[in-house]
Amino acid sequence: MERQIDLEIRELKDLILTMGGCVEKAIEEATQALILREPQRFQRVYDLEKTINEHHIQVDEACVKILARQSPLAADLRWIVATIKINTDLERMGDQAVNISHNGEHYLREPALKPLIDLPRMASEVRQMVRASLDAFVRKDQGLAEKVLEQDDVVDGLKNEIFDELRQFMVTDSTSVQRALDLILIARNLERLGDHATNIAEDVIYALTGRDIRHGHN
Amino acid sequence: MSVDVTTKIELETIGLQAYFGAVRAVHGVSLRVPRHQLTALIGPSGCGKSTFIRCLNRLHEETPGARAEGQVLLEGEDIYRRGVDPVLIRRRIGMVFQRPNPFPAMSIFENVASGLILAGVKDRRVLDPVVERSLKQAALWDEVKDQLKKPGTRLSGGQQQRLCIARALAVDPPVLLMDEPTSALDPISTARVEELLIDLKKSVTVVMVTHNMQQAARISDQTAFFLMGEMVESGATDAVFTNPKDSRTEQYITGRFG
Repeated sequence: MERQIDLEIRELKDLILTMGGCVEKAIEEATQALILREPQRFQRVYDLEKTINEHHIQVDEACVKILARQSPLAADLRWIVATIKINTDLERMGDQAVNISHNGEHYLREPALKPLIDLPRMASEVRQMVRASLDAFVRKDQGLAEKVLEQDDVVDGLKNEIFDELRQFMVTDSTSVQRALDLILIARNLERLGDHATNIAEDVIYALTGRDIRHGHN
Repeated sequence: MSVDVTTKIELETIGLQAYFGAVRAVHGVSLRVPRHQLTALIGPSGCGKSTFIRCLNRLHEETPGARAEGQVLLEGEDIYRRGVDPVLIRRRIGMVFQRPNPFPAMSIFENVASGLILAGVKDRRVLDPVVERSLKQAALWDEVKDQLKKPGTRLSGGQQQRLCIARALAVDPPVLLMDEPTSALDPISTARVEELLIDLKKSVTVVMVTHNMQQAARISDQTAFFLMGEMVESGATDAVFTNPKDSRTEQYITGRFG
């Protein structure tokens, strides 16, 4: 027998999936615009962010309704709590895609500083993390969530390499400072996206197992 | 619950079994009830939780053909030991039932004082302060202090239930058993009784049967889940309601059966 709360959780999950799809698309548009030097694509990111913000409010409203009307307990309760937190992460990921776009627009006003190699790799890793964290949420896949946590180290490593390389540019060529700074900020935005995907993975593990593994806890 | 070694255990059952004739209704339940905490017993109808709680003050054996086996330790002493008077046990382990049952021919005062009067206390200098204290403990004093001679049955349902709680408290029991104490009450009266229980457990150990999962989550410290006469799981209420260990507990509290 299907419970009313099952139906409402399924609708909530669909909403998160739609929102997650917008976030993935926003990250893709922002990074591809930068990599392919197609600044007109940044506008799509700004449009997507508005949709993400609307979903952010809808998901919160749906969660409050379920809490008030269904009084969820145990796995249901953990699922709603995780969804509220994932919702916040997704909204901030939309903001990070916008930040990449602002920094990217600034960067693309000048000629390329260098061929982008590590940054596209980092963007690809981050997009995979985002996709995997959302898949883990939808499929209730603990193993996949744990893989996302491991992938965050790869992203952090790439960010450090990018920082080191760009620092060299700034030291040796003062005309490169502004463009190097733009790319550093973008690498920082990508790293934050990886952190948000990690948060989602941690929330999925909490929802599935009741274990709170944040900050090395448990 | 992961009972802290420093927490005093007020009441403990060891391998408690309860029978109605040849039918076993409670299957070897071992539960530790920490002092001055509220332990909620939850489970579907017919799971044995009410039978279990009635064993805790030897009320179960009053039903023809009913008997209990195993041990129930009150402050370390087995209440089923040969020679123990069940009436004295019931004075130390009070009980409040689902439906308020004030004695119909008695006033509010007499209802509260009835336990002491039955024990032979007649002196008003003794009875008056006990009645006042008990009614205050039951959060009813302010509402009835000017009408103590009025029949207890004239009170509202919620007030009658608090009167029954006051009656149980008058003999100063260390343990209070409650069998669905709010199931016949409206939400406002339920909230008052719940507030009262939270206050009461500062001085009394409470074991409560409830069908209301939210109530157990709101006010209990420890929760035990019963199913088909067995205690499936017991633990800190926070843990049981957010992350139960047993899948049957999970299914019950999320409303998948029961």
